[in-house]
Amino acid sequence: MENMLHVSSSPHFRSNDSTRRIMLDVIIALIPTSIAACVIFGLRSLILIGVCVATCVLLEYVSRKIMKRDTTIGDLSAVVTGLLLALNLPVDINPLIAMFGCLIAIVVVKQMFGGIGMNFVNPALAARIVLLVSFPGPMMHWVKALGAPEAAAVDATTAATPLAAEPGTYSYIDLLIGRCGGSIGEVCAAALILGGIYLVIRRVISPIIPCVYLATAAVMSLIVGLDPLYQLLSGGLMLGAIFMATDYTTSPVTKWGKVIFACGCGIFTILLRAYSNMPEGVSFSILLMNILVPLIERMTVPRTLGFVKKAKGEKK
Amino acid sequence: MSELSFPKRPYRTHGGVHAPHNKNTAHKESLVMPAPAMVALPMTQHIGAPCKPLVKVGDTVDLGQCIARSDAFVSAPIHASVSGKVKKIDKITMPDGGKVDAIFIESDGEQRLSPDIHPPKVESLSDLIGAVRDSGLVGLGGAGFPTSVKLNIPSDKNVDTLIINVAECEPYITSDHREILENSWDVVSGIITVKDFLDIHRVIIGIEDNKPDAIKALREIADSSVDPKDEIRVLPIKASYPQGAEKILIKACTGREVPVGGLPSDAGCLVMNVGSIAFISRYLKTGIPLVSRRLTIDGGCIENPVNVIAPIGTPIKEVIDFVGGYKEQPYKLIMGGPMMGIALPNDDLYVLKQNNAILALSEKEAKHNEPSACIRCGKCLDACPMRLQPLELSNAADRGDTDALKFYNAMNCMECGCCSFACPAKRHLVQNIRVGKALLNKAKREAIAASKGGKN
Repeated sequence: MENMLHVSSSPHFRSNDSTRRIMLDVIIALIPTSIAACVIFGLRSLILIGVCVATCVLLEYVSRKIMKRDTTIGDLSAVVTGLLLALNLPVDINPLIAMFGCLIAIVVVKQMFGGIGMNFVNPALAARIVLLVSFPGPMMHWVKALGAPEAAAVDATTAATPLAAEPGTYSYIDLLIGRCGGSIGEVCAAALILGGIYLVIRRVISPIIPCVYLATAAVMSLIVGLDPLYQLLSGGLMLGAIFMATDYTTSPVTKWGKVIFACGCGIFTILLRAYSNMPEGVSFSILLMNILVPLIERMTVPRTLGFVKKAKGEKK
Repeated sequence: MSELSFPKRPYRTHGGVHAPHNKNTAHKESLVMPAPAMVALPMTQHIGAPCKPLVKVGDTVDLGQCIARSDAFVSAPIHASVSGKVKKIDKITMPDGGKVDAIFIESDGEQRLSPDIHPPKVESLSDLIGAVRDSGLVGLGGAGFPTSVKLNIPSDKNVDTLIINVAECEPYITSDHREILENSWDVVSGIITVKDFLDIHRVIIGIEDNKPDAIKALREIADSSVDPKDEIRVLPIKASYPQGAEKILIKACTGREVPVGGLPSDAGCLVMNVGSIAFISRYLKTGIPLVSRRLTIDGGCIENPVNVIAPIGTPIKEVIDFVGGYKEQPYKLIMGGPMMGIALPNDDLYVLKQNNAILALSEKEAKHNEPSACIRCGKCLDACPMRLQPLELSNAADRGDTDALKFYNAMNCMECGCCSFACPAKRHLVQNIRVGKALLNKAKREAIAASKGGKN
């Protein structure tokens, strides 16, 4: 026998999970939404997705090289960021604007803060907000979706989003299957829910954040006098609740932290929708809660097994 | 009395992971290994003070003769596991890397029993504790805590429940499982002895539900004829790692929590390994001290995995040769289970009292990827049975931040390794937390030293 075997501190077994497998699962979960986007807005959606994914991966590779760090494109997280950003854009956006968004997401938000696991806000969401503020026109130019009701049409090619349209324009079914205006990934609620179920079954995400987010939003809608079901199915809420708010890096790891985080997202989303002069509030509310994550986590440290609260005055 | 009921089903415990069971040896009869040519008996095979040799080089010793002991309270004497001649007393390297004196005995092959051996007279609890102390028994589950100390419950603690640990949650290991199937009478009579002397009226045998034959065997024996008051019950618990950890087993069996930094007696429980309890019963009958033990030899590189009853101090190499040797060059050799065992640098070491398995793992089983960045997925929180936050603890240990380590209760970590097992980024979480705990201990020692220095 060889004199020296491998030695290391226990455990000597590891599970089969890997970062790459988790990211692959997220990509798989986004496939129904991507297909829906191509059906609803045509193959232009596929080109947009391709441009964003390729740009993100390239930028991740180049920025890691410049910073003289290991290449991390193998973990597929850049693919996920690119895909999510593309799904948050209108279909006829100028590819250069989309590529600028990728630059913000990967280089500024992700790599400048240390790469995967270090960014304090969701890269795709931050990029979407930067684009929204910088290019409000193209970012809110909503091409008419396949099968959308005539009443929603603004002119020959564009249509109002469900949140901007007159009440009664869209039925629940329209919203569920995506016969409405909006960014390419947010319109088809059914596909998003399908992806969410897949992620929960694969144990990639815990159902706490999406469920609490949606429930809070529904309750808040009732309070401010909006139709809860209409609010849940329209705009970016499904995409946000299932794929954006559940981003590992920018959501709390503790159970009660997740509940507080999702509650906050739900409350701010509906408040912004009802009272701000912008039609949509999902991105801003998630971004706001992202920033609060370290505080929420510190507030919700779980009680360790056998921990007894010291009575007042008792010596430590 | 009446408030002590038996749980119908186990209480819920948090976390845990589903490690592969790999109980390949559960249905194979244990082999008894003959005395090897030479044994080495290190002076520390237990938690506590090391023993001092009672024999000199050149002395002739008999099987079962006490050859080393210590007067310290927390310690366990050591007995010759073969008859023969003391060849040398020399330092050997222990699995953890420390150097310890060991007595090398050259066997004469006779296995001549020491004339001092006779069944001890046990009429009271103090007799029992004294007898267990003389037997050299330590917890056979792996930690090696002297059993006599465990039985010596402080008078201010009210212990009302005896829990027999048969969880055996580590992959591969089946030595406790085989103990029940092969020596089920010893197990039950040992339980009755201990519970009667300690005046305990509730005995819960916590056993993982992946051993249905052992559950059946125990239930058949512990019937009304031996247990007329129905004080012994078998409680099948879910097979997941680490159900056999003391604090987790207490929670699963009684719903009680051992306070942070406390002992099982603080929760009114005494937890004993099934192998230890069966040994007590055999010792009271025969008087033969702890000179051999059952251990599982398994892993992808072992030709013929099986349980072996080997004399303590046998070279590991010879135990493995006895069962048929290696199939291929092992990647890792482990003393204990794959989740908490110690990786050995080579097979030139010796079987210890608390050693319940030797595993020779292949590269395919034991190799894993290099760690990558934490993605904060929170799987370590879900896996932690103590409800800690391994990622925060590990980061705090990396920074050397003792305040954060305290804030996140580092000392409550029992190092089960679930966090490292579950981590998709393959980060060395529990390994880092061990470093963090050592940092806290160091800070504590320094604080004590400083306060003493200040007073003088």
